[in-house]
Amino acid sequence: MSAALDVRGLTTRFATRTGHVTAVNNVSFSVEPGRILGLVGESGSGKSVTGFSVLGLIDAPGEIAGGQVLIEGEDMRALTPEAQRRMRGRRVAMVFQDPMMTLNPVLRVGDQMAMAVRVHERVSKSAALARAREALEIVGIPAPAERLKAYPHQLSGGMRQRVAIAIALLHRPSVIIADEPTTALDVSIQGQILAEVRRLADETGTAIVWVSHDLAVVSSLADDICVMYAGRIVESGPAAEVIAAPRHPYTQGLIQSVPSLHEPGRKLPQIPGSTPQLSRLPTGCPFRPRCPRATEVCASDPPDLGTGGRRVLCHHPLETP
Amino acid sequence: MTAPLLEIRRVSKRFTRQAGLIERGVARLTGQGAGGTVHAVTDVDLAVPQGEVLGIVGESGCGKSTLGRVVSGIYAPSEGEVVLNGQPVARDRHGASQKLTTKVQMIHQDPFASLNPRMKVGETIGEGPRVHGFGTAAEIRERTGSLLEQVGLEASYADRLPHQFSGGQRQRIAIARALAMQPELLVLDEAVASLDVSIQAQVLNLFTDLRRELGLTALFISHDLSVVRHVCDRVAIMYLGRVVELAGAEDLYRAPLHPYSEALFASVPTLGTGRASFHPIKGEIPSPLAPPPGCAFHPRCPMAGPRCRVEVPRLKTPVQGARQVACHLHDGGTQQKDIAA
Repeated sequence: MSAALDVRGLTTRFATRTGHVTAVNNVSFSVEPGRILGLVGESGSGKSVTGFSVLGLIDAPGEIAGGQVLIEGEDMRALTPEAQRRMRGRRVAMVFQDPMMTLNPVLRVGDQMAMAVRVHERVSKSAALARAREALEIVGIPAPAERLKAYPHQLSGGMRQRVAIAIALLHRPSVIIADEPTTALDVSIQGQILAEVRRLADETGTAIVWVSHDLAVVSSLADDICVMYAGRIVESGPAAEVIAAPRHPYTQGLIQSVPSLHEPGRKLPQIPGSTPQLSRLPTGCPFRPRCPRATEVCASDPPDLGTGGRRVLCHHPLETP
Repeated sequence: MTAPLLEIRRVSKRFTRQAGLIERGVARLTGQGAGGTVHAVTDVDLAVPQGEVLGIVGESGCGKSTLGRVVSGIYAPSEGEVVLNGQPVARDRHGASQKLTTKVQMIHQDPFASLNPRMKVGETIGEGPRVHGFGTAAEIRERTGSLLEQVGLEASYADRLPHQFSGGQRQRIAIARALAMQPELLVLDEAVASLDVSIQAQVLNLFTDLRRELGLTALFISHDLSVVRHVCDRVAIMYLGRVVELAGAEDLYRAPLHPYSEALFASVPTLGTGRASFHPIKGEIPSPLAPPPGCAFHPRCPMAGPRCRVEVPRLKTPVQGARQVACHLHDGGTQQKDIAA
């Protein structure tokens, strides 16, 4: 099957007073229809900027410096700005972390959803509202007809996020980028949304990129995982394999710092140091100063090892058992 | 048996909102009430012995942070009292009390907001001891340096400003500031929630070390069940202002008794179990402005019976074990009983 989204060598940088900072560094991944890709990383790893770059939503002082973003084979970056705008929302959509920022507070849910339909298609308002209702049903909102008349402030956080997901679904896009969409929600509500998203991918065949800092959420939801560090994908592969047998020392450190895997009260294995500043990265492997396996060779760029769907960017990867 | 260090005796905290001018007008015209009362914490009874770390767990709006603030003396309780070392803590009308402000120290969630950006780190840590006369300026300066080393930083960092530190380092500074007052009780309100996973592990390890060295007693407020399990001896689960279950961390995580605790554990994704099938709790958390009658969890509870809709379950010890649960299931069943006066 061909990929719904194929990202090749994507590089995004920002101009700062002290020179260029490369937030996304030669990132490649692909997602097939109906699959969920988890893009995991800590703050500053470039995971959100990667999501924005896929949609071409990078403004000055940032710029996408290279690479291709193929949506069902069509290169977003080769299109005119106007053609890109027509792609966004229709064939690739985005869900953000804070639904209160996504929704217009002074418009009824139905009105803003109908508007989103009619931006891309010439349909009557009533037909657009019917589509909106249908989308609300898909994301599991009870009594969708009443919710269409509600204002965003009348909905709870979980309901608002469902509305935001429903808006992304309006045009049945082939790809949805979701940036930390459950981070602001309570665990019981997060559980509900994760269940809906999994069902959505399975039933509608939408390809989903799920950007998150939460390894546990990603491991239980995603089919594949990409781990980002300092703007690069340092490891990728099927979710179960990456979690069970990580090959990059950073991935291993990240998994081991999760408290639930250890006996209560014991000290957690910790990654020393702090997350790096992109403007002051060391040469070669950016993880080098914090890495227990680092040697002199790590001062040169790490090789891309592995094959097919299982890759690791490291001079000294852990052996697979 | 010695008395517990901290006793929270039947504490309730309500917030009453005054209706605005227009709302009062509308209320008069429509004949409906205006304003409202949020029952943030209702009838909470807890005791924390010396050296214990008690976890307070719940989702947003369950009252866990309000409870932490009542214990810290930021809020005065509407009812009940907080007892520290056997002494009821008297307060002025703002809830403040000399004893509490020195003996109970709080560590907040966001180290970017809790440190004054214009004060040098050393001044921030030394301010409390200086105000309360813990020693001469030279003594306080020396102690500030050793505190910084104790939390894994360097004594020379005392002359730096908060913006020169990362999130994890700032949280260490906040911990040093709390320890500077030589508190008997620490209240940590989501103290690691804003940190990255790798940094979170470092701060949790620091807390484990300090606990062993200093024999700290603490309330550890968090929504993160895996973090709570790692650091707490006992855990209280709160729902809509009440404690619904109180048990040793081991017992609770092995077999939660309250249907809400059970559902909460079921909705948390865990690492290493592979792709999960989710069994989320149905429905939403009701508004604390109008909590449901009877058991607050009954509209979402799969086990609810007629009794749950009318009678508030009390926190009781069921047949087995040293744990407490507030659920009719473990106290005679959920069917309607004669509720004699």
